[in-house]
Amino acid sequence: MILVAVLAIPAVFAVVVALLGDRIGRIVGTAAATLTFLTSLLLAVRDDPDPLPVGGRAIQPWQELNVPWVPGLDLRFHLGVDGISYPLVVLTTLLTLLCCVYTLWMVPDAGRGRLLTALLLVIEVGIVGTFLALDLVLFFVFFEVVLLPMYAVIAVWGGEGRRHAARKFVLYTLFGSVLLLVGVFTIVAATGTADIIRLTATSGAGMSRTTQLVAFVLLAVAFAVKSPLWPLHTWLPDAHTEAPTVGSVILAGVLLKMGTYGLIRVAVGVTPDGAARVAPVLGVLAVAAILVGSLVCLAQTELKRLIAYSSVGHMGFVLLGIATLSAVGIQAALIGNIAHGLITGLLFFLAGAIKDRAHTGDLTRLGGLRETAPTLAGILGFAAIASLGLPGLAGFWGEAFAVVASFQRGGPLWTVLAVAAAIGGAVTAAYFLRLLRKVTHGPAAPSVASMPRLSPAEFVSWAPLIVLTLVVGLLPALVLGMAFDPVWSLTYDGSLVWFSR
Amino acid sequence: MSIDTLGPLLPAVPFVAALLGLLLPQRSRTVAAVLGIGGAAGALLIAIDLALRVDEPYSTSVELVRFGNLPVMFGVLIDQPTLLVALAVGVVALAVQVYSVAYLADDDRYAPYAAQVSLFTAAMLLVVVSGDLIVLLVGWEVMGICSYLLIGHDRRLPEAPKAAVKAFIVTRVGDVGFLLGIVVLGVNAGSFQIADVVGSPLSTTEGTVAALLLLAGVAGKSAQFPLHTWLPDAMAGPTPISALIHAATMVAAGIYVVARLYPVFSASPVPLAVLGVMAAITMLLGALAATAQDDIKRVLAWSTVSQLAYMVGALAVGAPGVALFHLLTHAAFKALLFLAAGSVIHAVGSNLMSTMGGLRRGMPVTFWSTTIGLGALIGLPPLAGFWSKDAILAAASEETGWVAVLVFVSGVVTVLVTAWYATRLWLRTFFGEPRSDAARHPHEPPGAMAWPVALLAVPSALLGFAAFSGGFETRLGVHDLAHLDASVLIPLGFLAAGVLAAWLVWRRDTAADPARVLGPLRPVFANAFYIDNVQDALVVQPVRALARSVRRVDESIVDGAVEGTGDGTLRLGEAVAGVHRAGLSRAATAVLAGALLIGLAAVALGGVQ
Repeated sequence: MILVAVLAIPAVFAVVVALLGDRIGRIVGTAAATLTFLTSLLLAVRDDPDPLPVGGRAIQPWQELNVPWVPGLDLRFHLGVDGISYPLVVLTTLLTLLCCVYTLWMVPDAGRGRLLTALLLVIEVGIVGTFLALDLVLFFVFFEVVLLPMYAVIAVWGGEGRRHAARKFVLYTLFGSVLLLVGVFTIVAATGTADIIRLTATSGAGMSRTTQLVAFVLLAVAFAVKSPLWPLHTWLPDAHTEAPTVGSVILAGVLLKMGTYGLIRVAVGVTPDGAARVAPVLGVLAVAAILVGSLVCLAQTELKRLIAYSSVGHMGFVLLGIATLSAVGIQAALIGNIAHGLITGLLFFLAGAIKDRAHTGDLTRLGGLRETAPTLAGILGFAAIASLGLPGLAGFWGEAFAVVASFQRGGPLWTVLAVAAAIGGAVTAAYFLRLLRKVTHGPAAPSVASMPRLSPAEFVSWAPLIVLTLVVGLLPALVLGMAFDPVWSLTYDGSLVWFSR
Repeated sequence: MSIDTLGPLLPAVPFVAALLGLLLPQRSRTVAAVLGIGGAAGALLIAIDLALRVDEPYSTSVELVRFGNLPVMFGVLIDQPTLLVALAVGVVALAVQVYSVAYLADDDRYAPYAAQVSLFTAAMLLVVVSGDLIVLLVGWEVMGICSYLLIGHDRRLPEAPKAAVKAFIVTRVGDVGFLLGIVVLGVNAGSFQIADVVGSPLSTTEGTVAALLLLAGVAGKSAQFPLHTWLPDAMAGPTPISALIHAATMVAAGIYVVARLYPVFSASPVPLAVLGVMAAITMLLGALAATAQDDIKRVLAWSTVSQLAYMVGALAVGAPGVALFHLLTHAAFKALLFLAAGSVIHAVGSNLMSTMGGLRRGMPVTFWSTTIGLGALIGLPPLAGFWSKDAILAAASEETGWVAVLVFVSGVVTVLVTAWYATRLWLRTFFGEPRSDAARHPHEPPGAMAWPVALLAVPSALLGFAAFSGGFETRLGVHDLAHLDASVLIPLGFLAAGVLAAWLVWRRDTAADPARVLGPLRPVFANAFYIDNVQDALVVQPVRALARSVRRVDESIVDGAVEGTGDGTLRLGEAVAGVHRAGLSRAATAVLAGALLIGLAAVALGGVQ
């Protein structure tokens, strides 16, 4: 089955790569990543091309696998893919492939490139598994699989403050995971099942309103730590800044999406009543994230830290979209997820390239990049402009339609949130253009005096991201077309807000 | 090709030219020039074809994406005014592309420049023809980013990157309102199509709010008070860009959008009143600031601000067709003036009028073209600007209400000031004795620069006569566009007064700057009433300070709590570990004390049965 293959290939090859020699290990790892990527594309082939309409809120996976796992504890190995998870799975396999290609050419100082590649493959198993899991306990297991390999990536191959950053990352996220575990077992105990499809279809029947609320809060805090949502975000800047380039790309590109996906699939799907009651708080925190993230970026002086805080701002837009609990909002969140993965992945690749060549990420010491490295400066300009949400590129749709969704919700709170989010968009433009002015314009600084040309591996790893940013920007239906029906049914044909009345 | 396919091709052709151009290596001049000129020429030919064939408004649309119950459609809504503006854009873009080949002959970054100009042309045409507000927003913002990229083009100018950022940020501030206005209109109408939005009635408060929000974006893009401060600094960009973006097209986009969505603005008196006040203030502000500038491009920049205010004034008095008429004539003569200024700058090697003088002898073609352009600017009959400005004043005088009176009075006073600064520019640049070495040996620019200038003089002179053609009038949706009655004498009188005043002052000392008569007011006008500094103090500095304090709070308090938890846990662990490391005597004491407590508890609890 393709679902099993997409998980088994990276798992098996991770072990193989760890046992091989350095260079051959990286090549085999890249081949495995390519195979996984191509397999993941095949997930779009539907098992049943003409399914009967089910109605209600049921998830209708295109492919499904449901086998007993631990019969004694009534746990099942239940996987499935639909229009909401497919783009995220493909994004994960694509970014892992690009990181493996990048590692072929460039290994950070600590060496042992094959181990880095192997760990990337293990992280891929965890993330893809999270997106494919349709059983709550299985979801939790895959959620956890990611933590230790990511800790190892940061702690071994990272920058100067890597140990502290890695420890902070793992302990903070573990705290969230504990809450997730409690939440999962609250739901399982109250409803008697861990099957996400059944729970979504019955909208968490079997749980009293209080239980739903408690479960949602526990799940939401866990996912909020992962997304991250202000004020639970402070693990992110250190982790992103100290991680090696490929670590930052995977962290920003897909790890954060586990949190927002969990919110949509698990929290909103399984406990919609709880979601409807907590939504205003979520909305306020999301807008706080947008504004705080943007303002902090305006005062930042380090390149990677600035991009890290920009992630906080962008995820704020995604979370605002989810908080509106409407089809418009959740669709905005989905495309915002994909756009952020592409654009911020590209930005971290570029930041890594600049830091490796200039040996500094300090904005006061960089300058005039377009004099000595015009192509690199041009691509950085493109990525920055895409990240500030310029219409025509991928980032625009999520941001603009989060504002639309918030305004459409109506009422004084949501209208104010919409206005505040739009203002956050203006501040975002300010800090990215400030970044470009400091890094690319002006006279060439001594640190950028000698910039080696771009290597083929860099072109190969960046080109797909550049092309996809433009294509998704011009044709958002590529990502959203397949998500329309699942989101529509998830939100009770438009908006969950009217569901509980 | 059917008009249905030609419509979307209008922005698509220059867009493809731009994409191809951006992929070229930096040194490839010929291919870049072919792509650039080809893209602009292609767009112009399509516009001409459509203008000849289209009689009735038509639209096409295809669904681009659907968010919930809100579709976004990619398509065109083409009517007569659309095609006239598209023609103007095509003509100016082509002229600028041809001109740039010679102007940037010694620039090694010509290829990305030409591609960015093509991208800009595509974006402007998208704004002009789009039938959907979200797609219009795409074109609107892409124009902004091209403006940013092109202002910062010249690496030898240290002030250029800062001016580029300022241009984008000031317009972005306005665009926050623009996006929110579109959101309000779209959510209310259930669709972002212009036809649906204009047809769905809004409650008065919501409609007024939506119109005012849109006006924020219009004020930013069209450089109206208080979001006008970016335009003079944008002159740091190459002069052909000033001609294309900052005179003829992008700044006119705001006027065009208001005309396109006019029913939204005219539904209640408040937006029109705001437009009127904005127009009056900006008209005079721009004209007065132009009187005191030494840099020839800055004079023209402030002049643009002032002329755009005339168009805003026409919109405020309920005459969108007249506003579009002035938009077209202004596109012709302002582009002409900027390109001619570029020729002068090219010959003299400096922007400053204090280094010019007596240039008419060595540069006759440029001199005569500039004379026609300046004549059109001040509204000298029978040149184009006379007819369009007169139509605006006539529309204002026919309307009742304080807004119309305000627009009329400020319009007439501005005619006087416009005549003054235009005559000053004309005399300082082309007459008198040369004030620098380069000015003593002027030369006409190469053909690629001279021809566009000369050709633009034709519409600057003759476009006004189109007002007599009934077909043109119906295309703009106006009747009685050309006015010739006694009321014309009022502005003509002010015009003559302004020209005469400037000439008399100049004649007393042909080497000195006539602006010296402004006396103590000169620095005030030159700094445009210090509005820039006020904005810096009220907005820029506080936001920067806020950013710094938010960063401090986030790092010390929010993160401090996290780090504190970690430290606290470690210390708690050490404390407990310390207790466990007790020596024998302390351990024995603890055991005895514990035994005693348990015994007491057993006795006490055992007694309570």
